[in-house]
Amino acid sequence: MDLYHTLIVLLESTIRVSVPLILAALAGLFTERAGVFDIGLEGKMLGAAFAAGAVAGVTQSAFLGLGAGVLVSIALSLVHGYASITQRGNQIVSGVAINFVVAGATVILGEAWFRQGGRTPALSETGRFQVINLPFADAVREVPILGPIYSNILSGQFALTYLAFAMVPFSWWVLYRTRFGLRLRAVGENPAAVDTAGISVIWLRYRAVICCGILCGLAGAYLSLAMTAGFVKGMTAGKGYIALAALIFAKWRPVPVMFACLLFGFLDAFAIRMQGTPLPVIGQVPVQLMQALPYILTVILLAGFIGKATPPKAGGIPYVKER
Amino acid sequence: MHGTAIELKGIEKSFGSVRANRNINLAVQKGTIHGIIGENGAGKSTLMSILYGFYQADSGEILVDGKPVTIRDTNAAIGHGIGMVHQHFMLVENFTVLENIMLGAEDSQILNTSISKARAELKRLEREYALEVNPDALIEDLPVGLQQRVEILKSLYRKADILILDEPTGVLTPPEADHLFRILGRLRDEGKTVILITHKLREIMAITDNVSVMRRGEMVATRKTSETSVEELAELMVGRRVLLRVDKTPAVPGAVKMTVANLTVRDSRGVTMVDNVSLTLRAGEIVGIAGVAGNGQSELLEAMSGIRKAASGTVSLNGSTVDVTGVADPAELRKRGLAHVPEDRHHVGLVLKFEESENFILGYHRDQRYLNGPFLNVDAIRKDAADKISQYDIRPADTRLKTANFSGGNQQKIVLAREMERNPDVLIIGQPTRGVDVGAIEFIHRRIVEMRDAGKAVLLVSVELDEIRALSDRILVMFAGRVVGERSSDATEQELGLLMAGVEADQSPKERTAP
Repeated sequence: MDLYHTLIVLLESTIRVSVPLILAALAGLFTERAGVFDIGLEGKMLGAAFAAGAVAGVTQSAFLGLGAGVLVSIALSLVHGYASITQRGNQIVSGVAINFVVAGATVILGEAWFRQGGRTPALSETGRFQVINLPFADAVREVPILGPIYSNILSGQFALTYLAFAMVPFSWWVLYRTRFGLRLRAVGENPAAVDTAGISVIWLRYRAVICCGILCGLAGAYLSLAMTAGFVKGMTAGKGYIALAALIFAKWRPVPVMFACLLFGFLDAFAIRMQGTPLPVIGQVPVQLMQALPYILTVILLAGFIGKATPPKAGGIPYVKER
Repeated sequence: MHGTAIELKGIEKSFGSVRANRNINLAVQKGTIHGIIGENGAGKSTLMSILYGFYQADSGEILVDGKPVTIRDTNAAIGHGIGMVHQHFMLVENFTVLENIMLGAEDSQILNTSISKARAELKRLEREYALEVNPDALIEDLPVGLQQRVEILKSLYRKADILILDEPTGVLTPPEADHLFRILGRLRDEGKTVILITHKLREIMAITDNVSVMRRGEMVATRKTSETSVEELAELMVGRRVLLRVDKTPAVPGAVKMTVANLTVRDSRGVTMVDNVSLTLRAGEIVGIAGVAGNGQSELLEAMSGIRKAASGTVSLNGSTVDVTGVADPAELRKRGLAHVPEDRHHVGLVLKFEESENFILGYHRDQRYLNGPFLNVDAIRKDAADKISQYDIRPADTRLKTANFSGGNQQKIVLAREMERNPDVLIIGQPTRGVDVGAIEFIHRRIVEMRDAGKAVLLVSVELDEIRALSDRILVMFAGRVVGERSSDATEQELGLLMAGVEADQSPKERTAP
């Protein structure tokens, strides 16, 4: 029973750390399927986390914070879109630039506005998101096996968590069952085909980039308004890159994206849980090794286990009408 | 079925200084197959791109069904019932046939209803035009012939009445091409208008009702196919321009400098571009290769100069073999006495953003006289450039001007000066006067003859038949990757024109087809 309890706790934290990964990876899914590579997920998430933390800190309203986060993330997406779609710049350079600018700007602005070492003010009850308890969560907690699953995993999560998981089938539906999705996937594969069919490649890619901005905004707001109470500098800590890795691992498909994110989340949760716990046979393992474990496994998985991941064919290439 | 489906009046289109279309007038009758023939670069594709809304004409008028229309973009063209099958298919390879056909013509935000409608409509089109294709197959799994069929279905699905096909048989095998022609005939019988763009005379004669000939951006003639002949079309296509005169003495061929035996070159798709070609270049002789552009001349030049790997064959230069299927590279060949003036000076011959003096040393930059230890000797390079500028009368005489700022003729002189002044044994020249003004043409021609008289072996490739005839001592004609005939320099234009069109297969004693 003790082991089962440990497992439940592990799954609980897996879900908690997976949510921003899922949202960010889905964000990347939209742009990359449209042919715009986006290494700037990290920066957009960080920018959104800061904006959300700052606005929620001042207004003590989580929803205003969320709105601010999404807006900032969309704005950053549009910068990336302008550079890589309209100006046909290098998409990697543009993404990296966004990551750098945001990493610096959030610290400078945070210090200038709040003077708390780059943090945003602590959030009150209304300033951050609260967990939602499903009906009878407490009543069934003692039921063996199923009780903890319902009470600790299904119940007691943030609204954004439910939204993130709902976004998975929704994204699938948008991509594969709507006109917008069909065109979006087509523009990532062969923009000339879309162009000759009389559809604007540029407008289509901008819409994809905006979708990415919204989802990254949600991911960032989750970090500063739900997972913690306020913004801390560099709080994304590479989650944008892990999300990108998950996206490749999942071969740019929504449902596998979710499982890949859960896997990375689980590794992360496992590493946190196992810190300081002596392992059988090996004994005490250095904390640093445990912390590095998810990243080491990421490298191994990406290098060896995904087989051939074929990115969208027109990915990274600005569209130029040719004769 | 009467009246005109499409009428073009005075269409003009320029790209920079190149006039791709000049005062084009064309009337296409409803319910007919109208061929547009011309060499590569004659402006056919540009004209059709204007009709399909890819480009805007600089001036001129387009009438569809007798009514003047403005075609601002592809959508407008589709709206006027114009469909286009591009030379390179506009298909999403990992989509199904059905998805490709729907793309851009879905009738609601949610796909489900569109899919069932598209499926039903596709069934109907298949029956009506005998165009079977599995709607759920992925494009990448289909052979090119079927992919093309999907393109045709795409246009029909959008209710196109006028179908433009741009070089549709370029990627097809002969049986696939025949099948395509049957489909086009069927479309005509169902009342559709078809515009077929090609440079192949055989196709024009086989399938069209009317044919228009384009040459150098101009529409030079329109004929009823039944009232014209391959000979007439070939002549119209190649053109009969003012005869270029080059004063030269009869050639005195000397020792063999370069031989090519059974050379075969394939492109990246595995299509054979040069098919078992053999030729010999002797000192003091200009060998011309005539042919409609796209019949393997470019690939032959590239293989001989080490830019492109050959699939098989042997080449020897100055008596020793060159490994054209393996490690031969341009630098090595240059060292062994071969100079190459590439066909495409902008992409291969020059770096347009470099100063003129820098372009003079491209490929020869390791030469000791341009170096000062490990560094470039800028003074020597500029001095050398100034010499070439005065020798070749390159204007403006500014060694530091960016090469992009020179006119086409002067750019070509830069490449010629660079290659000729190396004093090579063999000089390979592609399209020496493409985009070059008349004054410079004369100068370039004179230099080429001077090279010959100095005992160099010259291989000249040009799509300008006049140029080939004026300069060459022997003329080889290429068609479909093969050398289909050899003639002396006094061969008539008609004779060469027929060989170039691949219509004459006579076995005159002089002819030396590849074994």
